[in-house]
Amino acid sequence: MVGWAIALHGGGGDIPIDLPDELRIPRETALRHCLDLGVSALKSGKHPLDVTELVVRELENHPYFNAGKGSVLTAQGTVEMEASIMDGKTKRCGAVSGLTTVVNPVSLARLVMEKTPHIYLAFDAAEAFARAHGVETAESTYFITPENIARLKQAKEFNRVQLDYTAPTPKEPEIRGDSQIGTVGCVAVDSAGNLAAATSTGGYVNKMAGRIGDSPLIGAGTYANHLCAVSATGKGEYIIRATMAREVAALMEYKGLSLSEAAAYAVEQSGPRGTCGLVAVSANGEVAMPYNTNGMFRACATEDGFTEVAIWPKN
Amino acid sequence: MVGWAIALHGGAGDIPIDLPDERRIPRETALRHCLDLGVSALKSGRHPLDVTELVVRELENHPDFNAGKGSVLTTQGTVEMEASIMDGKTKRCGAVSGLTTVVNPISVARLVMENTPHIYLGFDGAEAFARAHGVETVESSHFVTPENIARLKQAKEFNRVQLDYTAPTPKLPEVSGDSQIGTVGCVAVDSAGNLASATSTGGYVNKMVGRIGDTPVIGAGTYANHLCAVSATGKGEYIIRATVAREVAALMEYKGLSLTEAAAYAVEQSGPRGCCGLVAVSANGEVAMPYNTTGMFRACATEDGYTEVAIWPKN
Repeated sequence: MVGWAIALHGGGGDIPIDLPDELRIPRETALRHCLDLGVSALKSGKHPLDVTELVVRELENHPYFNAGKGSVLTAQGTVEMEASIMDGKTKRCGAVSGLTTVVNPVSLARLVMEKTPHIYLAFDAAEAFARAHGVETAESTYFITPENIARLKQAKEFNRVQLDYTAPTPKEPEIRGDSQIGTVGCVAVDSAGNLAAATSTGGYVNKMAGRIGDSPLIGAGTYANHLCAVSATGKGEYIIRATMAREVAALMEYKGLSLSEAAAYAVEQSGPRGTCGLVAVSANGEVAMPYNTNGMFRACATEDGFTEVAIWPKN
Repeated sequence: MVGWAIALHGGAGDIPIDLPDERRIPRETALRHCLDLGVSALKSGRHPLDVTELVVRELENHPDFNAGKGSVLTTQGTVEMEASIMDGKTKRCGAVSGLTTVVNPISVARLVMENTPHIYLGFDGAEAFARAHGVETVESSHFVTPENIARLKQAKEFNRVQLDYTAPTPKLPEVSGDSQIGTVGCVAVDSAGNLASATSTGGYVNKMVGRIGDTPVIGAGTYANHLCAVSATGKGEYIIRATVAREVAALMEYKGLSLTEAAAYAVEQSGPRGCCGLVAVSANGEVAMPYNTTGMFRACATEDGYTEVAIWPKN
């Protein structure tokens, strides 16, 4: 029997090393809080599906991460949220896209998995399904934060400037140092080797309405089987092309790589620097959290007492 | 330099061996016609992306296959179509879901790939995008066929009977002997080793509105890389869990299996008998068309002159 393990992320991206305290500290605190919640749940014997769902719910509720409350805005100034969850042992999974009023998308994804013969529901129908099941919903004002309104404005301004050939080439705007391509996710394994992964996001700032990213796509943003559980973050289009979450498991299963090797290789192969990261746990209680961006909001813990809460690489 | 190859399918499923001529012959004729179109295009040097798109458009236009015109109906009697396309060399891809008026969903998927920074658009956003690009649209009645109205009626009746415990256990209804879990798809490779895959479907008969299946999920229903191109058909939930299309490529890449071995293994591992099939071509001009259902409408051709149009296993 091996020990339990848990890892979670609040998004990988261009997080500058001089991130001001007032932006850094609340996020580190939230990561630590979510880690503690997840660890308590594992210690009290909850199944990894329950553990990952409750941790992601907590991250969705936190306004500083790009999921649930605090989701980035579409080109139309609205939120469109998506999520998925997967159980490694059975490979059962659930996914949702295009949510606008559901407070906890990850829980709706789990309901799809458990209450329907399907895996993936989207847009109006997903919203209707939520209501039919009495899932908590809120007006869009609940989800929209001033930071994200500012972020959208800057993104639109950047696009406008890019199209204005008389102006000098602009630098990518400083969106106050936060990860604007974030996502949240959690993976966990218990001492019996049960694995689960869950991922949730508001998507890409200034995205086209109706654009679906990697987070709800099984094999891209989320994957779990009998060997490992993986949750990805970064530029969705790269993660989809690379089927990144599935890649980690395939490398372990078919090439015999360890979790660390497989996770590092999957990130490296998925795209150029600055595009992605992931958290993963193995059936043996190992953890890996590779990323090729400046930073990734992350935390992990294993039963032997190791814990880590970090944003940038350790030196 | 190796030869070109092409394979296409019109759906795998419980296609009874005594399918009446008036149902069998139009489908075989359509498969042969689509194969000829695809072969001509390859011979005249068209890129596999163009070849797979044009073949799938032809299958979408044919009312006897579950894609485009002839799509099965949702539980509300509407059509909701989805499709995806992928280029093996670049891994660029495009996908759409929830289309209701677009005549050729596969072409919108390609437009998403080529005209947006995204991969996947769904529902209202996808319909709006189609209109903005002047893509051909029609009234929904164009897509609805009498056979599918009958199919939906029988599926609802079967569900009602299943819930009526006073009645004897019913057999799955004969819905005119056609594959009701079909999809259409095409894979192709040219003599330079360029690979592409395209898949399109109306989904699952009597499905919940807003249900997304495997067809638009890259890695599940469609996948292409430098080694092979794959298009899957069958019960979407199994194909998603098993990431069937990606599996074929992963087995070739990481376990060194041949196309034939990898394709057969992927189908076998995806679920119980009756759940899926696929068509695949390799960079070397090989073809594989395994399925674990009673039959699969399929056709293939290779540059050395081999051609095949079939429904059931060869004896």
